[in-house]
Amino acid sequence: MSDIVIHVENLSKKYILGKKGGSEGLRHAIHDFVITPLRWLKNHPIHAEPKTGGERTPVKNQKPANDFWALKDVSFEIKQGEVVGVIGRNGAGKSTLLKILSRITEQTEGRVEITGRVASLLEVGTGFHPELTGRENIFLNGAILGMSRMEIRHKFDEIVAFAEVEKFLDTPVKRYSSGMYVRLAFAVAAHLEPEILIVDEVLAVGDAQFQKKCLGKMQEVAKGGRTVIFVSHNMGTVTSLCSRALWMAEGRMHRTGPVREVINDYLSKGMASDYKTVDLSKIPRPSYVHDDRLRLESIEWLNDVPLQHGEPAVALIRFVIHGPVEGVSIGIGFSTIEGTRLLSYDTDFQDDYRPDFPEARTHSVKLAIDSLPLGPANYSLDVGCRSGDSHALDYVPAVAQVEVIPGPKTPGSIVRQDAGVRFQSCCSWH
Amino acid sequence: MILEPGRAAKNYWRDLFHYRELFLILAWRDVLVRYKQTAAGAAWALIQPLMSIVVMTLIFGKLAGLPSEDGVPYAIMVCAAMLPWQFFANALSLASQSVVNNAGLISKIYFPRMIVPASSIVVSLVDFLVACSILAGLMVWYHFWPTWRLLVLPVLVMLAIAAALGPGLIVTALTVRYRDFRMLIPFVVQFGMYVCPVAYKSSLVHDKLAKKFGGKLGEKFFLLYSSNPMVGVIDGFRWAVGGNASTFYWPGFVLSVSLTVVFMFIGIYYFRKTERVFADVI
Repeated sequence: MSDIVIHVENLSKKYILGKKGGSEGLRHAIHDFVITPLRWLKNHPIHAEPKTGGERTPVKNQKPANDFWALKDVSFEIKQGEVVGVIGRNGAGKSTLLKILSRITEQTEGRVEITGRVASLLEVGTGFHPELTGRENIFLNGAILGMSRMEIRHKFDEIVAFAEVEKFLDTPVKRYSSGMYVRLAFAVAAHLEPEILIVDEVLAVGDAQFQKKCLGKMQEVAKGGRTVIFVSHNMGTVTSLCSRALWMAEGRMHRTGPVREVINDYLSKGMASDYKTVDLSKIPRPSYVHDDRLRLESIEWLNDVPLQHGEPAVALIRFVIHGPVEGVSIGIGFSTIEGTRLLSYDTDFQDDYRPDFPEARTHSVKLAIDSLPLGPANYSLDVGCRSGDSHALDYVPAVAQVEVIPGPKTPGSIVRQDAGVRFQSCCSWH
Repeated sequence: MILEPGRAAKNYWRDLFHYRELFLILAWRDVLVRYKQTAAGAAWALIQPLMSIVVMTLIFGKLAGLPSEDGVPYAIMVCAAMLPWQFFANALSLASQSVVNNAGLISKIYFPRMIVPASSIVVSLVDFLVACSILAGLMVWYHFWPTWRLLVLPVLVMLAIAAALGPGLIVTALTVRYRDFRMLIPFVVQFGMYVCPVAYKSSLVHDKLAKKFGGKLGEKFFLLYSSNPMVGVIDGFRWAVGGNASTFYWPGFVLSVSLTVVFMFIGIYYFRKTERVFADVI
């Protein structure tokens, strides 16, 4: 078939964990180097002794227990112009898949056929050098991403305009604000024009306005008939950008199909649902959570689950303090399955009270909702915590799928409808 | 394009050519960055070898009274050896750090990894070319005029590059896996300077060996000594600058050049064998 541009067949990648990882010290290598011939000599005695039965088995390092298959028998095809979203929990093999497709690492087994020029964008600003100026970095980064000098020169003005850094072009990027840095880096990447684009979660950078701009650019790329493979944890982004989704779980391809179907399935099966208590301590945090002074431990519903529309609900959130934090507020958010936030509750909303926690110990907070205004449907629950107005301490998006069922006061007309916020209203008829 | 285990090797050289622009731009970056935010800037490329030449001339030439080659001032003799030696030493230490320093690049982007150590050799080469002005300066100072042999110098520079490439690639690949080499290389470079005939002329070694072991055995030991690729390069440089042509030791030079070639192939082979897993190991 000519319109298939990526053909992946039984792709597997093995890593060897632990001591035999290969990156062990030189001492071990020398040890092995010396020991191996000695052992060989031991097993192959020069004086040919009569063999006593089959007891002299060759000593070979057989330790398959340390093998870890990051990818196992993954097969799929991607057609020309398709925009495919790769989803799955952390450690499901998404990044490994991307690394193999972009030739950074080699698979252990299997075969990949790619037709066309591939550019991969696994990180924003790869190869940026802090000592070089913005102008120099555009050329450097462009070349690293696979653009020719002619191409970069041709698009130079466009890139600069997109990044909004005209005034600082001849300043070393180490003097840039982090926002400017990211904008410049993304601007270069956004002007790549490969036939196949491989993108890892790189849109979660910069301020909201710039993110919107990036998303717009991505949409433009996607609509331009180019083939895109896109990894993201943000279901909203995946749904809006991609036509097809590829769900990875434990190194295998779990499911592929139209984006909405797969994502609905993923969210209902991939997340804990209807649990009274959700353990947050083991869920991997997004890469942009850097502060580890406070960790959210669990969220527990003190009322009956499933939650009911129009009824009160109380969430008990436990958290551990590892280091002194000031001005703490904790919030929960309800989003649609696609990732659009509908409703947020914050502890500091009413009275702006934000406690300080100087000592390392466990605390909890009760967050009461008078009357849950969410209409009956499935929602995804986010839990977050910040210090002051904007500093994120911890954030766990999509911790669980929460089902809201009709309550006693829910009118029949909205019993089964799309997700949404439904408030009671006071009205008087005349 | 087909990706299969072990397949990467197939179009390697074509790929390397394809990525030549990245090579140039990385080399350009490394050269540009090398002396950024230093007060003396590129002058460091002069100061380092110049100071070494002065010290060596004073200690070995004046204090210890080691002989120079006939008719060649001691400083020029040291300079002709110091330049290629420093090039080699720089190339080796920069290359050994290069892949590790570019870890971010290697784990996020595909390109033939050989570009990275190769670009550190370019950086050393630029330093070397700048430092060549010291040689010119010394020649003017001592009124020492070169002969036609100086024209062979570019060929010898190529030889020096080849001599640096082999060990450079091996050390780069080893450093990725065993960071021990980061500690080891500065020692190797330091000792190497005394093992190679930088501060003295190689015929001195010949005479000493002959005295100690007698003619035949001494000759054999000297051949062994001359097999060091850098001995060949340094002797070549001295010959080109104006050393005594009659004392040029051809068997040693031929052996040293062939060893250079052997090392280069081993380096390329080993590097290519290991570069596939760089992104996993780094």
